[in-house]
Amino acid sequence: MLGPFDYAIWILGFLVQIGVVVCVVYRKDVLRYLPLTIYMLCAALVNCGEYFCVERFGFTSSQYFYYYYYTESLLTILLFWTIIRFYQQTFLEMSVGAYIRGGAVLLLLATAVFSYIVVHENRNHLSTRFVVELGQNLHFVGVVLTYLLWGAILKLRETRTRLIQLVLALGVYFSATACTYALRNLFPSLQPSVLRWVPPIMGVWLPIAWAYTFAKVSEEARLATARLVVRTR
Amino acid sequence: MVAALICVISIAIFLQFFISYCRSILAVSRKVELSDRVREVSGITNRSIGAEDFSRLVQLVHLCPEQGDDQSEIRAVGTYYGLLRFIKAISTFLIPGMGPWTEREGQDCSHFAAVALDRRISYSRDLFTQQVADRT
Repeated sequence: MLGPFDYAIWILGFLVQIGVVVCVVYRKDVLRYLPLTIYMLCAALVNCGEYFCVERFGFTSSQYFYYYYYTESLLTILLFWTIIRFYQQTFLEMSVGAYIRGGAVLLLLATAVFSYIVVHENRNHLSTRFVVELGQNLHFVGVVLTYLLWGAILKLRETRTRLIQLVLALGVYFSATACTYALRNLFPSLQPSVLRWVPPIMGVWLPIAWAYTFAKVSEEARLATARLVVRTR
Repeated sequence: MVAALICVISIAIFLQFFISYCRSILAVSRKVELSDRVREVSGITNRSIGAEDFSRLVQLVHLCPEQGDDQSEIRAVGTYYGLLRFIKAISTFLIPGMGPWTEREGQDCSHFAAVALDRRISYSRDLFTQQVADRT
């Protein structure tokens, strides 16, 4: 059963997702952050769909279960598009847009082929374990892509505060979610008590962090990335 | 095996991203000079701000009326401060070299809280002035 905290997170998540879209539109940055805006709109729509699914079939129904995990996977693939846009912004001055687009198409094809193979091999038992494993793999691809992007940002001494904060927030989201999926695979008994809270909290974290960045950090703000790297000496 | 590997790598990357994210928030406030007013209120007139001042400064921040837009960043920095305390506690035995680093980071957290306090005091004064003006 869903409690008041679940509903609170749900409503908060929906409102902040809409808030991010409003912020981007208000700042007239829709074209610059088009994939991010579309992702947030889709996430808000998926949130509404989840609500209707719970109302109609119930929280413990298999319909809700598969709706949740498969829309989550589709949203993750949509989030890859956002990462690719961040790559394009980072490498803007190097005129490697064509390579990034090519790499992105290859990555999406590879993800599609990999997913097809996994689905094909598991078509007789599309079980709980399979969807959790698929979610884990997709989020881990996100972790790797974001980490490589962060490496490029540091290497190229990127100074745009807004881009840096958007990428870091995304990295926190992907790594926490991938870790939760992996822990769920390793210790399924932890799911009902502890792990079930992490994805919704992270689902709220990402729009809150992005809304904060769009509301507080201007496109012109600059920051030395050297200040962000941990050095103990 | 794969899940365990993903778990370990994700935790390591999460920590790196989370620390960098918090530092990016702190970096903005680091450039802000503290006013005499906030130094007086928080009792740090004759010394530099220390990591141990953080909790007291956050308590003072919560005494002021909410400005509405700084709550999430205060919470994020508060979590980061908690993480730093934890790292400091375990590094005392494991990696003594981490001590000065956690202290510096803690000072930045305190500075951030002092800047937030300064902003809220200004906001409270503006509110008060507005209320007095409305009455007259």
